[in-house]
Amino acid sequence: MNLSRWWEGFTRSLPKDSGQAASPDRYHTLRRNIIILMLLITIAPLTFMALINHYQYQANLKRGALNPIQTLVAKTKHSFELFLEERLSTVRFIASAYAYEELSDNQKLNRIFGTLKSEFSGFVDLGLIDHNGIQVSYAGPYARFLGKDYSEQGWFQEVTVRGAYISDVFLGYRKFPHLAIAVQNMRREDKRWILRATIDTRMFDNLIASMGLDPQSDAFLINQEGILQTNTKFYGKILEPCPLKTFRGASVINVLEQTDPMGREIFMVYAQFNNPEYTLVVVKPRSVLLKSGFALKSEMFLIYVISVVIIMLVVLKLSGGLVKSLREADEKRESAFRELEHSQKLSSIGRLAAGVAHEINNPLAIINEKAGLIKDVVEHVDDCNAVREKFLDLTQSILKTVDRCRTITHRLLGFARRLEAHFEELNLNDVITEVLGFLEKEALHRQIDIRFNPAENLPKIYSDRSQLEQVFLNILNNAFAAVDDGGRVDISTWEENPATLGVAIQDNGCGMSEETLRHMFEPFFTTKKEYGTGLGLPITYGIVKKLGGDFKVRSKEGEGTHFTIFFPKSPG
Amino acid sequence: MPPLNILLIDDEEDFVKTLAERLQLRGIEVWIATDGATGLRLFQSHPFDVVILDILMPGLGGLEVLEQMKILNRQIPIILLTGLGDTQEGPRGLQLGASDYLMKPVDIDDLIKKINAAAAIS
Repeated sequence: MNLSRWWEGFTRSLPKDSGQAASPDRYHTLRRNIIILMLLITIAPLTFMALINHYQYQANLKRGALNPIQTLVAKTKHSFELFLEERLSTVRFIASAYAYEELSDNQKLNRIFGTLKSEFSGFVDLGLIDHNGIQVSYAGPYARFLGKDYSEQGWFQEVTVRGAYISDVFLGYRKFPHLAIAVQNMRREDKRWILRATIDTRMFDNLIASMGLDPQSDAFLINQEGILQTNTKFYGKILEPCPLKTFRGASVINVLEQTDPMGREIFMVYAQFNNPEYTLVVVKPRSVLLKSGFALKSEMFLIYVISVVIIMLVVLKLSGGLVKSLREADEKRESAFRELEHSQKLSSIGRLAAGVAHEINNPLAIINEKAGLIKDVVEHVDDCNAVREKFLDLTQSILKTVDRCRTITHRLLGFARRLEAHFEELNLNDVITEVLGFLEKEALHRQIDIRFNPAENLPKIYSDRSQLEQVFLNILNNAFAAVDDGGRVDISTWEENPATLGVAIQDNGCGMSEETLRHMFEPFFTTKKEYGTGLGLPITYGIVKKLGGDFKVRSKEGEGTHFTIFFPKSPG
Repeated sequence: MPPLNILLIDDEEDFVKTLAERLQLRGIEVWIATDGATGLRLFQSHPFDVVILDILMPGLGGLEVLEQMKILNRQIPIILLTGLGDTQEGPRGLQLGASDYLMKPVDIDDLIKKINAAAAIS
């Protein structure tokens, strides 16, 4: 809606083909509109491209930066699984290599445990539990566990069902984190018993440390319930619930983007283990991950800004030049029109010249005779006093006749005078009467019947006298050329509406053919052969339009022509 | 030799009267008319030696008056006066039988010469 309205305004600001000079405001508006349009069609696609580029680059960058982390997570997950699997296999090996009797011997168990500890890191203790859940033998720092009943504990039930079990991390009596591995003896001939070992999970911290993460990043294990299984840098201590949420993804390695409780934008890369159901989580802040991209991004932004600035400068310069040359062209056209208007005026004066010469010659003849008579009297009469009255009378008559000449020459000069448009309050009837003055002698001699019906109390018009005269003279000249001797020309004026006056000029001359009607406003189109310039009506049309008026022509061959001109009381 | 008797026709009354007075000062008898019709009537009722006739007059034009006078009296010498810048009307008058033509404003001596010459021929 607004855009279409703006577009209308834009096209309105473009110069029209009338002779009218555009106001400086219009050039400002035009320039502003050109600038807006040019900026829109250049900067909008550039911005669009830059945005697409930015997002695509961002996505690429993210993919590129996440790849090594995903690999690292996969490797570390593998290390964890290997570590646990190794411990589980070891316990399973002991359970199958030794008989119940051997393991139930505390001394023997201690010896086995000693060897175990020296070969594998992390083992804290080792105990044998019989099918009733009673600890039969124990090797480790907590000798009082001997005889403890585990039959009611969840892991005991699970190990009897699944054969092997790895617990979640828990804090033992010495308040350091560890986990338990339990294996059920599977040999058929024996009674059911369970070998249970506890492992220090500080090994987990070593595995995480070996990932070599930067200080802003974090890595930790959580169990199925989201409880931390290792200490973290930013997200709490072991056995506290993890504030970050993970979701079981479709793939082995998953990536999540979220905001952490410290308000940092982070990428979470995590992988789930099979046994136990731990999740290894690596957290990297977005800023760290995409750091390398920022430099390039700011470079791209700089290029974008420089391009926009260059476009703006070019558009400003270009539109300035464009509007300037448009303005100059308008001014040139305007001055060419004025030039043409003036020459046309001179040409119509040329056509009036015969009449004017005759008009001036007549009073000159009178002056000539009066002065001649004075001379005659002086030559023939000795007593000058006697003819004093006669002399006074003659000189008076000469002066009066000179006045008559002056009226004619002034009228002609007034019309020929080249003036910039000079607007004043005018009576349209007076202007027409003045123009008819030029033509009255011709009308008299050709016995053309001029009937002027001026409207009474016609309101004044604010317009340019010289241009109005040219309009009426051109049309009346055409009318005179169209009528035969003894023809008739009717002129009338009226108030069309409160803002407009009308003038009709009608002749009963030869009229115009349809062909002529079509071309009559075209410059250099003339039906008067060598006598016409072909500029009369185009100039008339140009002037009427310039004065804010309008023009109507009706003509029929052999019947005459009817011109109607409308003038605004004041130019718009 | 009796004074010349001439008829002066021109629509400018002031011009006609003054010129008539000047001619009279030179011993010429002058009759005046300010339009073609009056001139023709005078021409029919009086004998004139020479007619001086303005070409451009409202109503009955000078050339029409000339034609009619020539119909009435083929011998009458007529001198035409023209105020027009172009002299097309003058030669045309000569074709129609005028003795001579003069451009306004006229030099009185010139006019007298032409009147005398025209009267001598007739």
